[in-house]
Amino acid sequence: MNLNEKIRKATTHISQNEGLIFEKSSPGKKGYKLPPLDVPEVDPSQLLGGQAREDLGEMPEVSEIEIIRHYTRLSTWNYAVDHGMYPLGSCTMKYNPRVNEYVARLMGLAEAHPYQPERVSQGALRILKMLSEQLVEITGMDAITLQPAAGAHGELTGILMVRAYLESRGNPRKKILIPDSAHGTNPATAAMSGYTVENLKSNAAGMVDIASLEAQVNADVAALMLTNPNTLGVFEQEIHKIADVLHAKGALLYMDGANMNALVGKVRPGDFGTDVLHLNLHKTFSTPHGGGGPGSGPVACKKILEPFLPAPVVISKKDGTLGFDYNRPKSIGRVRMFYGNFGMHIRALAYIMANGPDGLRQTTEDAVLNANYIRKKLEGVYDLPYSTPTMHEVVFSDRIQSSKGLKTGDIAKRLIDYGFHPYTVSFPLVVHGALMIEPTESESKEELDQFIDAMKAIAEEAQQHPEIIASAPHNTRISRLDETTAARKPVLRWKPQSEAVAK
Amino acid sequence: MRYLPKSQSDREIMLHEIGAKSIDDLFAAIPAEYRLKGDLKIPRQYAESEIVEFFRQRAANSAQGYATFLGAGAYSHYRPVVIDALISRGEFFTAYTPYQPEIAQGTLQSIFEFQSMICELTGMDVANASMYDGSTGAAEALMMAARITGRSKGAVAATVHPEYREVITTYTRYQGMPIATFSYAKNGRVDLDTLDMAIDDDTAGVLIQSPNFFGTLEDIAAIADIVHSKGALLIVSIAEAVSLGIVKPPAQADIVSMEAQSFGVPLGFGGPYCGVIATHDKFVRQMPGRLVGETRDRNGKRGFVLTLSTREQHIRREKATSNICTNQALVALMCSIFMTVYGREGLKELATHNLAKAHYAAEQFKKAGATLLFEGAPRFNEFVVQTKTDPYAINDKLLGQQIIGGFPLKKFYPELQNASLWCCTETTAKASIDAAAKEVGL
Repeated sequence: MNLNEKIRKATTHISQNEGLIFEKSSPGKKGYKLPPLDVPEVDPSQLLGGQAREDLGEMPEVSEIEIIRHYTRLSTWNYAVDHGMYPLGSCTMKYNPRVNEYVARLMGLAEAHPYQPERVSQGALRILKMLSEQLVEITGMDAITLQPAAGAHGELTGILMVRAYLESRGNPRKKILIPDSAHGTNPATAAMSGYTVENLKSNAAGMVDIASLEAQVNADVAALMLTNPNTLGVFEQEIHKIADVLHAKGALLYMDGANMNALVGKVRPGDFGTDVLHLNLHKTFSTPHGGGGPGSGPVACKKILEPFLPAPVVISKKDGTLGFDYNRPKSIGRVRMFYGNFGMHIRALAYIMANGPDGLRQTTEDAVLNANYIRKKLEGVYDLPYSTPTMHEVVFSDRIQSSKGLKTGDIAKRLIDYGFHPYTVSFPLVVHGALMIEPTESESKEELDQFIDAMKAIAEEAQQHPEIIASAPHNTRISRLDETTAARKPVLRWKPQSEAVAK
Repeated sequence: MRYLPKSQSDREIMLHEIGAKSIDDLFAAIPAEYRLKGDLKIPRQYAESEIVEFFRQRAANSAQGYATFLGAGAYSHYRPVVIDALISRGEFFTAYTPYQPEIAQGTLQSIFEFQSMICELTGMDVANASMYDGSTGAAEALMMAARITGRSKGAVAATVHPEYREVITTYTRYQGMPIATFSYAKNGRVDLDTLDMAIDDDTAGVLIQSPNFFGTLEDIAAIADIVHSKGALLIVSIAEAVSLGIVKPPAQADIVSMEAQSFGVPLGFGGPYCGVIATHDKFVRQMPGRLVGETRDRNGKRGFVLTLSTREQHIRREKATSNICTNQALVALMCSIFMTVYGREGLKELATHNLAKAHYAAEQFKKAGATLLFEGAPRFNEFVVQTKTDPYAINDKLLGQQIIGGFPLKKFYPELQNASLWCCTETTAKASIDAAAKEVGL
């Protein structure tokens, strides 16, 4: 029953056990060999005095083959885009092209030091310049910084630019408006930028309610942070009105570009009134998520905000070469050392080049097509709380299954048995018991059909054998973990047996 | 488009099933006046071979194969081949944040091991899963100190990396957290008198860096005495992680903020790198960033899970300890593999090689006629020399020999005219040092 005939995508297989690397360590094993020292040897205790370190405690000592096996075994315990559909709504788990990885590791790029002279860094600078120009064109904005290291970091950069701009006009203002459907990073960013957060309720269609917006925007509001399409996958149809309401009161429109993959090549945020936005190169532009980073969060803006961009910016110099301009008196300053996650910039540029304008447009269309296909096939099987047209993702709720005591989190765990990574669970918060599904363009019709069949089979199980779902997953290395104890009595590092017992 | 797994007929069938006449129906929510009428003005689709050729040309034009004496927050260490072999496994690099632990144990266990190794090296009780980098980590550590102490000011040494300080200024400016700066003494270390003056009853955290921006090891015990006597927390930033192989960890620190780039992360023109914050158990609930903890499943089997997430933005929203979400997981994995390859003995041996090369270089430069600044305090793998001629002119000459010279300091320290910061690692050849010594002495 737990492993039934409807589970088509996956089956169980032998998986290697593996302890912690410390548990494989024993004195004298080595995984390295240094070349002979070509300068005279030194005595650390003489050079460093009392600061010389004698011992590195419990750092592991293992051989190369053990290292390879250790991490290879660990890797096999992960689900990944390379295994199959990874429908995490809002996360955009698309294919990560291999050529991106290859070019990012080319010696001259991988080994370039950030402080090497500009005249021997023209290749790297050209990459920064080209990516900047292409992202400006794709977003319809006027200027950009590539410095932020991730989406939330981009948000901070963008909101600080808003603040600096408003300050330059005499008053930084006090509040940021944030819809109730927003990512948690938005309110956290507003707080880090010294603003208070005011919630903006969505209307029955899941969109910003213009009337409440008009009522809430006043001289204290610095900006609205708006994700478009929003986290329900819904495009804010009255986006220009929203911009007009804000602009009329001297406030700005910040667009969270987390869902820019629904828009690329079809519409440009700069054309519908956005003043500043961030992009997630690790979502829309295919740079890998890497188990939680590195990301990259460029921030594009309109002319009025350009003087406030972080320094430095890449410029063409009089002699025709490229260089960095540090002389930016109005800049908000640096948000990161050096120039950002350059390795991700290379990958994003390679992705844009592989696509071209036609490929980027087709990519967006396929992403939206896939999400709407899933919506159509699962509507009724799962409750669809908003009937508004959706774009690249669709949000269902667990209302039907909850009558059997099952929650979205349970259905997600059962989906693991069916060979899929779960969708995003319990987000956005505006939908109680949300199932947020984003297939991306990287899924074939076959893969989508398998996913749809799995979701339907689970819905059937929910009616007939809810206990299977409540106790899922059944076919993984480990079952559900005790997260409560993990948080109450945190064990956040390995300790030698004797020490751990003593404690 | 070769990344898209659909035929035209698949698309038509799907549209038909949806009940849409054309793909445009699915974009009807976008007001027509904003929809793009034509192509984006970006270059046409490139073949894979063209993409590779394009980037090869850019790589050839980025000082490829040059020897370098640059450090200053980004260090050129040898990267064992197994690092890329392992992180190139799609199971690692195409996975998401491990929010579903049953199918993410590989990522979770590797982060737990990362946290454990960072604790072991820094002497702290607990380390997080990573921060963006050393500069933002240092800023977040100061904000963490403010939350712990309930005080509102910070103080930062002038010997902390100048770009870290710029980031700190940006981060703290709007948090009502004024930052005082204290200067350095003749030996390149923190000047204890100005440190004392920079701290008052409202100072939450004091940030120093060791080895500092001049490569000098700070007297952490003496600094800690002053900081703690005033009830503030001591934050120690470590920009050159390899130093921990031979330099005692900052035991007196309350928070350690590290940049782990030296542990197997490519220089990559400045990023991605890997910040990490480590601290004492008692402060863990004020830490920013993700944490992985050990627990058991229903059958008593050991497993790992993201934990203490009530500190984080997706739960706490505007009351979170930070807005950080995506961190540097894959880079942290590179660091873990590097630390595993070298391990207990290797990190020490590696650090000793760095020490020997830098010591040799400093001696050669001195013999050649340059003046060594900040003598009288121990250094790791960087040192400052004062030359008779402008260091930019010296570097120009070296560039002709495909050698990138030291970092001229007057950009950040106008008082240090003709001084430059030189770094030697285990990758610096004696021949390059000897070649550089000739120019430096002139």
